Amino acid sequence: MSKRIVVDDLNVFYGSFKAVEDVTLAIEPRTVTAFIGPSGCGKSTFLRTLNRMHEVIPGARVEGKVLLDGDDLYAPGVDPVLVRRQVGMVFQRPNPFPTMSIRDNVLAGVKLNNRRMSKGDADELVEKSLQGANLWNEVKDRLAKPGSGLSGGQQQRLCIARAIAVEPDVILMDEPCSALDPISTLAIEDLIEEMKNDYTIVIVTHNMQQASRVSDRTAFFNIAGTGKPGKLIEYDDTATMFSKPSVQATEDYVSGRFG
Amino acid sequence: MGGLFAILWLSGSMTEFSLVGTVFFGTVLYAVLIFAVSSVVEGGRKAKDRLVTALVTTAFVIALLPLVSLLSTVVASGLARFDPTFFSYSMRNVVGEGGGALHAIVGTLEVTGMATLMSVPIGLFTAIYLVEYGRGHLARAITFLVDVMTGIPSIVAGLFAFALFALLFRDPGVRFGFGGAVALSVLMIPVVVRSSEEMLKLVPNELREASYALGVPKWLTISKVVLPTSVAGITTGVMLSIARVIGETAPLLIIAGFTQSMNYDLFSERMMTLPVFVYTQYQNPGSDVGAYLDRAWAGALTLILIVMALNLIARLVAKLFAPKLSR
Repeated sequence: MSKRIVVDDLNVFYGSFKAVEDVTLAIEPRTVTAFIGPSGCGKSTFLRTLNRMHEVIPGARVEGKVLLDGDDLYAPGVDPVLVRRQVGMVFQRPNPFPTMSIRDNVLAGVKLNNRRMSKGDADELVEKSLQGANLWNEVKDRLAKPGSGLSGGQQQRLCIARAIAVEPDVILMDEPCSALDPISTLAIEDLIEEMKNDYTIVIVTHNMQQASRVSDRTAFFNIAGTGKPGKLIEYDDTATMFSKPSVQATEDYVSGRFG
Repeated sequence: MGGLFAILWLSGSMTEFSLVGTVFFGTVLYAVLIFAVSSVVEGGRKAKDRLVTALVTTAFVIALLPLVSLLSTVVASGLARFDPTFFSYSMRNVVGEGGGALHAIVGTLEVTGMATLMSVPIGLFTAIYLVEYGRGHLARAITFLVDVMTGIPSIVAGLFAFALFALLFRDPGVRFGFGGAVALSVLMIPVVVRSSEEMLKLVPNELREASYALGVPKWLTISKVVLPTSVAGITTGVMLSIARVIGETAPLLIIAGFTQSMNYDLFSERMMTLPVFVYTQYQNPGSDVGAYLDRAWAGALTLILIVMALNLIARLVAKLFAPKLSR
């Protein structure tokens, strides 16, 4: 289920503005990789290029290669829709579909694509996905209720359940805990720890402690100044990144000495 | 105190009871009295607060007065002929008393229904294009033209439909219900586009992104996420646009014409509609003027009731389809 991501010399543009410059890195399967860096340094933009979600923004384009187990996501003829079925995404703010019940939210990837599924299979998928997102016990008695009635943390786990229900190889998380309280954050972090066994996980976070808690590898992004493109400064094991980084800027950032 | 007497004199000078006058002078009187009483009992600060509150209420009541006046007049005058005969007879061979507006009611429902059938798909798809796909010059041009269309006088829409069908059928006296529906949809489309556009814009982008991230193509995202989320608002907008055109008289007078007989066929012969019915009853009273005027008022009352029913349905639909937030 889990795939290796290799990014080769990637540049991202918004129109004529270069947002991210020359990123080259490899993300191993069944690991958690954290992207850290100041706001506006292109972490989220870069994360979105991993499943071509940046294309939703008008004028956004990419130069370079993103290989998912050797297949280039940006090769001609590759359908972004199919890319997104392999690389799922969880967003900053929980966004369950307000018109759907909890059950339908989990099945959204199936139902919205008009795929048919027997009721038994659907029930199984709902239970498996909600179990996978540690939400089953909390919602099993009210699957028919609207998903927007859950608490913020539950909604975010519902969104994770929705993402894993389409059985992707990679899950991208764009600051998944920034709108949540510490208890819900803990629940999500535990969940990430478990999900690591099945998926390649990439997480953007502003929380240094979170990055050091959940991730195996950490990438530090930075910008030289406003209007300049964001760059990958350092990419290493999380332990190394937080104890003895090789670049001074990384050490300043993780120790809170600048920013 | 002089003002108070002036008010009493003014209201007293009206020989008959008038609902509008009563409500208006009642509110003004309330403003004066509450200020006086409050300044004596509660002191200056409270009194000022109460005065301003009363003044704001008075402004609201003044804004509402035309509606109160209109409704009370229409109900009072319209009830005289608001009877089963009115809803089961046409005006065929009716001179003087009796007769009804069944032909006009059927005509209004058919013409407006047809106009809705044509306007809603065109308007909705235009709105979807503008919100989801439209970029650059074409979208801006469409937005501009929709704005221009909103300002088209209804008589021009009628003349357009008439000219179109007169040319198409080479018949300078063409009159039929479908032409009326075309004229009405010219008026209706911009309203539907505008309201649907606003409603589609209200759908948070996060929902679209959530759907894309699940590997759902754009068209399915629109049809299964964006539209269901905004269906309540769109329905309300459509109902309001129907209410906007159902009372149109001028274009229908030109292209749908008027008749005294039943006509269920949109595509041939003249077709009566309620506003035109009211107009002709008022314009051409026979020897028994009272009977014609009563029918005109009853027609107006029916029209108001239809619009009111549509508004209620719209609210009901909005409530039923609105995304539920309860736990």
